Amino acid sequence: MAETASTAEGAGHESPDDNKRDFLLYSTIAVGAAGTAMAVWPFIDAMNPSKDVLALASTELDISSIEEGQSITAIWRGKPIFVRRRTAKEIEVAQATELKDLPDPEADKDRVKKSQWLVMIGICTHLGCIPLGQKSGDTKGEFGGWFCPCHGSHYDTSGRIRKGPAPKNLAIPPYKFIDDTNILIG
Amino acid sequence: MSTPTWKNPIVQWVDHRLPIVTFLDHAIVKYPTPRNLNYWWNFGSLAGVILVVMIGTGIMLAMNYVPHTSMAFDSVERIMRDINYGWLIRYLHVNGGSMFFICVYIHIFRGMYYGSYKEPRELLWIIGIFIFLAMMATAFLGYVLPWGQMSFWGATVITNLFSVVPFFGEAIVQWLWGGFSVDNPTLNKFFSFHYLLPFIIFALVFIHLWALHTHKSSNPLGIEVQGDEDEIPFHPYYTAKDAYGFGVFLIVFLGFTFFAPNFFGEPDNYIEANPLVTPTHIVPEWYFLPFYAILRAVPDNFVDIWGILPVIIPAKTAGVIAMFASILVLLVLPWLDTSKVRSAKFRPTYFWLFWLFFIDTIILGYIGAKPAEGTFLLIGRLATAYYFLHLVIFMPLVGKYEKTKPLPDSISAAVTAGGSDAKEGS
Amino acid sequence: MFKKILIVAFVTMLGAGITGIKSSPVQAAGDVAHPASQEWTTDGLFGFFDRKQLKRGWQVYSEICASCHSVRLLFYRNLQEMGLAAEEVKKIAAEAEVAAGPNEDGETHNDGELIVRPGKAFDKIVSPYPNDLAARAANAGALPPDLSLMTKARVNGANYLHALLTGYKDAPSGFKMSEDMNYNPYFPGSQIAMGEPLSDEGVEYADGTKATVDQMAKDVTAFLIWAAEPELEDRKRMGVKVMLFLIIFTALLYAVKRQVWAKLH
Repeated sequence: MAETASTAEGAGHESPDDNKRDFLLYSTIAVGAAGTAMAVWPFIDAMNPSKDVLALASTELDISSIEEGQSITAIWRGKPIFVRRRTAKEIEVAQATELKDLPDPEADKDRVKKSQWLVMIGICTHLGCIPLGQKSGDTKGEFGGWFCPCHGSHYDTSGRIRKGPAPKNLAIPPYKFIDDTNILIG
Repeated sequence: MSTPTWKNPIVQWVDHRLPIVTFLDHAIVKYPTPRNLNYWWNFGSLAGVILVVMIGTGIMLAMNYVPHTSMAFDSVERIMRDINYGWLIRYLHVNGGSMFFICVYIHIFRGMYYGSYKEPRELLWIIGIFIFLAMMATAFLGYVLPWGQMSFWGATVITNLFSVVPFFGEAIVQWLWGGFSVDNPTLNKFFSFHYLLPFIIFALVFIHLWALHTHKSSNPLGIEVQGDEDEIPFHPYYTAKDAYGFGVFLIVFLGFTFFAPNFFGEPDNYIEANPLVTPTHIVPEWYFLPFYAILRAVPDNFVDIWGILPVIIPAKTAGVIAMFASILVLLVLPWLDTSKVRSAKFRPTYFWLFWLFFIDTIILGYIGAKPAEGTFLLIGRLATAYYFLHLVIFMPLVGKYEKTKPLPDSISAAVTAGGSDAKEGS
Repeated sequence: MFKKILIVAFVTMLGAGITGIKSSPVQAAGDVAHPASQEWTTDGLFGFFDRKQLKRGWQVYSEICASCHSVRLLFYRNLQEMGLAAEEVKKIAAEAEVAAGPNEDGETHNDGELIVRPGKAFDKIVSPYPNDLAARAANAGALPPDLSLMTKARVNGANYLHALLTGYKDAPSGFKMSEDMNYNPYFPGSQIAMGEPLSDEGVEYADGTKATVDQMAKDVTAFLIWAAEPELEDRKRMGVKVMLFLIIFTALLYAVKRQVWAKLH
C-alpha cells in the first residue's frame, strides 16, 4: 500500500487560525534552535585549550647570559625556539643577501626586531624535524646557519631556506622585548 | 507491502536503498498510540533523552579524566577549574544521573500502578528491569571514579559483599579488585566498564522499544485498544506532549545543576580517598538507599528467629540475598499479579496497597541513610518485611479476591463520556 | 475531590520526607553544636563574590593559615581570576620558591638542597609541607587538611567553618580533655588539635577594615568558598539566564501542545 507522505496542513486553505498555529509553531522551533545552539557551545568550547594550557601559552626568557655567537633552545607551546645572539659577520651576511637568491624571499630586517637577536621556531618547514646548528659542534650547513639532517635543508644566518626541500624560512614566533634582557614569546 | 514513495527525490533515493525514513515514519510519526495517555507516560522518553545526555557529557569528561589513583581526584578538579565549562559538564553528568533514576523510578511505579507489565507486555517489563540493573551497575562504577572517600569506601563495602558466594567468594572479590584491596587496578577496570555499560543500556533500550512497538503502549484505563477511534498518531500529539514534558524536566534538571549542584551528593566525596581512614558513615547515593536499607536489615540471629532453615545463613549473606532478591522479585511481578484487571483505577483495594508500597520504599530510602541501629534498624526491618509481603503475598491474593470496578467499554467511549478519569492529554 | 486531597497530602509527605532526608544528614554518635547561619554574598539565586572580601580572605589565609594548611588545587594565576592585579600576582608568586626541575646535568638537588626558582603565575600555590608525613611530624601527629575544597567537604561547609573559627572556648567543667587538644563544640568530638588560629588584629587589612576575629573568620571563609567553587558566580548568572529561557521556552511548548491537542474536538 503506497502512501504519499505529504505534510500539507489544511492544504491550500489558510485561515487566521492556521497562521496563528504556524506562527506559534515556528516561534517555538526558532527559540528551540537558539536554545540548542546555546546548549551545544559549552561542549565545543570545552575542547578548546584549557586554562592551564593557556597559562603556559607565553614564555618569558632571560637572554642576558647568551654570549655573542651563542644559541640557546627554549620551549614554547611544546615547540623548540632557537634564540641566537648573532655575530656582526652573521648579521652582515644576512643583510647583504639579495632577495632573488632566496627560495622564500624575505629581508633579514623583516625577521628580527633587534638585529643582534634572532628568535625562530626551530622546526624545519619541510616535514618537521629539528635542524642542527644550535650547538657549537653542530654542522651549520653551507650557509652558516642551520642544517636539517632529515632531508638536507640548509638555512642561512637569518634562518632562511637556501637549499634543500624545505619550502619556507624558519618561522618567527610572536615575541617582544620586555626590556633589554628579557623577551616574552607568545 | 512495498515501501511508500516520498515526494522529495533525495529522500526517496535514500529510503529506497535503506528504508530509514519509512521506518521512522512508521515508528514515530504515524505510530498509533492510545489517545488517553497521561503525563505519567512521558517518563519513558525522558529517560531515553537523559541517557543520551549522560553519554554525551560522559564522553566529554572522559577527554580529561585520568583513571589512576594518583591523578583521578585531581583530574576531576582540573575539569571543574581549568576546562572551559568543565564545571557545567561535570555537574550535568552528576545531576543527570540522579535525574535518570528519578525518571526511571517514576516510570517503574507508573508500570506498577497501571499494570503495564501484564500480558502481553511481560517481556517489555523484564527487559526494563535489566535496564535498571545495568543502570545501577553503571552508577555504582561511575561513583567510584572521582576517587573521593565515598568512592573508595562504597567500592570497598559493595565489592566485599561478593565474598558471601560459597566457596568462590574470596576469589571473586580479588578478581573484582585485581588485587587485595580496592586500588589502582580496580579503578582502572571500573572506568573501562563504566564507559562500556551505557552502550549496553542503549542496546537494551532499543530492544525495550522493539518489544514496546510490538503490542504498543498500554494506557491509564488498562483496557485494550479496540478500534481506530481509540488511537491517535504519535506525531504530532505525543511529540508535542513529550517536548513539553522535556521542557518541564529541563527546568528541574538545570535548576539543580545551576543552583544546587551538590544537593544529591555527599560532602565526604570532596575528600580524596584515604584507605587508612574510614568515614564515620558510609552512605551510598540516594537512589541506592532503599536497597542499602534492605541489605542491612537482616538480623544477626536470622536462623534463630525463623528456626525453620536447615542451614545456618550468616547475616551478611542473607542481607546480600535479600538485596538482590528485592530487585529480582520484580522480574516475576507479571506472574505475582494475578488480577485480570490492569489499571489500579479499577482496583480499589490494590490502589491503597500500591500507595502503601510506595510509602514503604520512601521509608526504606530514609532508613538507608541512617545508621543501622536502634529504632532505625527496627523500622528498616519492618519496611523490608513489608516490601516482600506486598510483592509476594498481597499482590497474588489481592489479584484473586479483589472486587474490581466495571471497566469502560472502550477508550474512546470513556473519553467521549467526559469525566476527569479518562481526560485525554491530561 | 478525594483524589485531589490525596495528591496534595502525598506530595506534602514526599517533600517532607525528602527534606527530612537531606536536612538531617548522618550524624556522628556524639552531639555536635549546630553552626549558626551567616549571610554569605554567594548565597541564593543571585549569589556573587565580594572581591574586596576575597582579597581580605586571601590575606588571612596567606598570613595565618598558610603556615600549616595547603590549598594545593589553586594556582597563583587563580588569584588574578579572584580579582588581584596581574602584577600583584606575579609578585606574590615570585615570593614563593618552587622546585626548578632538573638542570642541564639532570640534577634536581645541589649538595642535597633542592634547586629552586621563584614562583610564576602558572605554578601551584606552594604548600607549607612537601607531603603529609612532614605535615604530621610538624604538628604532633595531626594532619592540617588541605583547604581547597573545605566548604564543599563539610555539611553546611561555610557556616561550619565560620562557627569553628569563632567557636573556641573553655571546656565545660567535667569535660575530659585529651593532652594538647583544644575545646571546640563545633568540631566532631568537641576536641580539635588546631589551636585557636584567629585573634583580634591578627592581620592588618590593606583596605583598613577592622580585623576582628569574626571579620577575619568571615573573610577567610568567603575566600575558601571561592577556592572551592571559583565558578560559582558564572554558574549562578548563567543559571538565571537559563531558567528565564526555559520558562519562556516551556511556556511556548505548552502552548504548542495545547494547540495540537485542540484538534481532537
